[in-house]
Amino acid sequence: MRAFAKLVHALDSTNKTNQKLEAVHHFFREAEDKDKLWFLALFSGRRPKRAVSTTLLREWAKEITKIPEWLFLESYSSVGDLGETISLLLPDPKGYMEYSLSEWMDKINQLPFYDEYEKKQFILKVWGSLPHQERFIFNKLLGGSFRLGLSTKGLVNAISSYYNLDASIVSHSIMGEWTVQNSNFEELVHGEYVDSNLSKPYPFCLAYPIENIEETLSDLSKWQIEYKWDGIRGQVIKRNDEIFIWSRGEELITDQFPEIVNEVRKWEGDFVLDGEILAIANGEILNFTALQKRLNRKVLSKKILEEVPVGMYVYDILEHNNKDLRNESMSYRRKMLESYFVNKQLISIKLSTIVKSESLVELSYIRERAREINSEGLMLKHKDSVYHVGRKKGDWWKWKIAPLTIDAVLIYAQKGSGRRSSQYTDYTFAVRDNENLVTIAKAYSGLTDKEIQEVSRFVNKNAVEKFGPVRTVKPELVFEIAFEGIGWSTRHKAGVALRFPRILRWRKDKTVAEIDDLESVKKLIH
Amino acid sequence: MRLIQFRPEGIYCVPGKFFIDPWLPVDIALITHGHADHARWGMKKYLCHHFTVPILRSRISPDIQVQGISYDENIKVNDVQVSFHPAGHIIGSAQIRLEYKGRIVVISGDYKLQNDGLSTPFDPVKCHEYVSESTFGLPIYQWKSVERQNEELANWVVHNQSYHKTSVFVGYSLGKAQRIMKAVEDTGPLYVHYSIHKLNQAYESVGIKLPKYEVLDFREDVKHVNQGIVIVPPALVDSNAIRKIPNMAYAICSGWMTVRGARRWRSADAGFAISDHADWNDLLTAIKLSEAEKVYVTHGQTAVFSKYLNEIGIASEEVKTEFGEEDDEIVSAKVEGNVV
Repeated sequence: MRAFAKLVHALDSTNKTNQKLEAVHHFFREAEDKDKLWFLALFSGRRPKRAVSTTLLREWAKEITKIPEWLFLESYSSVGDLGETISLLLPDPKGYMEYSLSEWMDKINQLPFYDEYEKKQFILKVWGSLPHQERFIFNKLLGGSFRLGLSTKGLVNAISSYYNLDASIVSHSIMGEWTVQNSNFEELVHGEYVDSNLSKPYPFCLAYPIENIEETLSDLSKWQIEYKWDGIRGQVIKRNDEIFIWSRGEELITDQFPEIVNEVRKWEGDFVLDGEILAIANGEILNFTALQKRLNRKVLSKKILEEVPVGMYVYDILEHNNKDLRNESMSYRRKMLESYFVNKQLISIKLSTIVKSESLVELSYIRERAREINSEGLMLKHKDSVYHVGRKKGDWWKWKIAPLTIDAVLIYAQKGSGRRSSQYTDYTFAVRDNENLVTIAKAYSGLTDKEIQEVSRFVNKNAVEKFGPVRTVKPELVFEIAFEGIGWSTRHKAGVALRFPRILRWRKDKTVAEIDDLESVKKLIH
Repeated sequence: MRLIQFRPEGIYCVPGKFFIDPWLPVDIALITHGHADHARWGMKKYLCHHFTVPILRSRISPDIQVQGISYDENIKVNDVQVSFHPAGHIIGSAQIRLEYKGRIVVISGDYKLQNDGLSTPFDPVKCHEYVSESTFGLPIYQWKSVERQNEELANWVVHNQSYHKTSVFVGYSLGKAQRIMKAVEDTGPLYVHYSIHKLNQAYESVGIKLPKYEVLDFREDVKHVNQGIVIVPPALVDSNAIRKIPNMAYAICSGWMTVRGARRWRSADAGFAISDHADWNDLLTAIKLSEAEKVYVTHGQTAVFSKYLNEIGIASEEVKTEFGEEDDEIVSAKVEGNVV
């Protein structure tokens, strides 16, 4: 595994894109075909199911190191990653086990067939035979997230530059449901399995926040304007009478939305549609907190289906009767899309409405009132634009409404994970509720590294607890919290839930006496 | 009568009427070692190991009143028998042993058990009460051998050279910088920042031979260091000065670099877990060797470490001090003052 360990280490030690590319290319030159496939599988989220529970791994690690549970937890909260914590705690290895990445994966894939005793024998032998870096990787291979310093986009770029291929082709080729066992790396990245794979989605086209509004929109007639919805961006695929729904996170979510599947089934022909999955009741779009109740359920009861009906607003068409339309213009695709909606009785699927506006002044007014219909703002797509892969500046813009903001005080802090495990980066904020403070939001980002260090220092000096991962701090630091929406919630003590809360800025000029109170926060819900 | 007390000014020896590493101005200060959080400004009289004398003069002022003492030499201060014993942390670093009416207390300052080849190696001292640091008092901190560490540094330099890069090391100017110099000796031309040079002189004045180097003046052009080795103090991280170095690959040498997250937080090209503090196992070893019946834990992972000591049957208590501010060798860069 040395070559793979070297790659992981190299990806880990730099944040320069070129050096990462170089490291991946180096790995491509040296590694075997199967190792490359595993690398691709692991870095694109296709890892095997966890065969050994984290509870067992923890128990065995404690048994070997003879440290008490509380000390293990202190170590864990200081490191922020279980596999790394265990690897650091274990004593130095006595021997070395030399296997390639794919050989290791074969062994790991055998684990589900072992009983607990055999699993333990195997894991303990490996722990005693690998140096720290490889032991850490082994623990990561056993399960858990495997996102080590390379984004999907970086991965695609590394492959496309190595083979001199178009990035969009590579993206397309490596999406979907291939397995290491049934694939060959070269063939896969060259897209040789694409046709045989009915479910394969296209990479989503994304928009940047708008810049230079007046200049960009100087000729409104060139733009297709739609509402921007806050749901789940999804791609509906119908090929050979089979239907698939993909989320933007490249997850198949077909089973979660039977309403959409049932309606699409009635449509003739093959197609790929891009749209937004939303909770819709009596023709009105509900806010995201409603949709959330529908997500990630194992069983969809009749009750929940009635309570939160789901539908889709369709934005675009990417494929029509097996013809890729992505290089056609937006206006062409829109016409094609509209033709699908002619003479159809539709309940769950709707065509995204075009917003008509004569002037920028009028458009701004429409945008400002978007929140009233639970929209996030506007989407502007150039009528000549093709359907790009990922984010590309110029053709598509999002023009979101300004976020809502409140002032809240920091009451709990927790260390982050990964890169942020050495600092307190995860914060919980409160607003006033009469004489008390009540938790209103958790937020993880929005501060600079320097500010995070400053907050961490404050936490170290003002923490009530000395043990455990969460520190209660003196309510003193005030932050302005921005969020996209707000809804009623029975899950939160405050009775409200914020959508996408984040720290807008540190209000060093304000004291805890000046934070918002819960009543005024509730008034933001319409 | 208790032999020591923890006072607002620092650790106080009651019958001896003196302080050890105080953080506020006092009459008599016994100094364990020359790092800024232990050797502070404003004492009427300083007592420290001979090797620490030039460091104090260089860092605080040439005019301070300071007396040097050898390791294992006994002196009396107001009826208390005082002696200094090697702590292995940096040159001149000492565990200070106090004996009064048969009662023995050792204040260890900062220490490490690994022999770095520059400092006099740690020598365990038996006592009734032991005052210990706990900077790396978590079992995740386990150092590699010094040979292995040095090898890794030298290999990194050679690796950079093959890519035509300049190796830049970030390390504390007193102790760490000199260890790095030793580790990369003979792998390429060596340049050090002025603040390191100043402390190198203190090393050389007590007869310690360091590798040949040139002083780097960041106010001038620094292109000539290309593909060589540069050592700078932590205060220079993210500074404009360091950006002038051509084709730079930079590494941070600090015990905190054990954890991936800490390495990535600093976004260095490399992080080496090299420390002048004892790791988890060595902290426990030192404490066991002292055979102390009571251990005071002064800085670092105080809560965790003293809880653990109590659990394994060694009575322990945490003490609030102003040592190891931020308990972070990298953040503490600012205590070095204006070094650019």
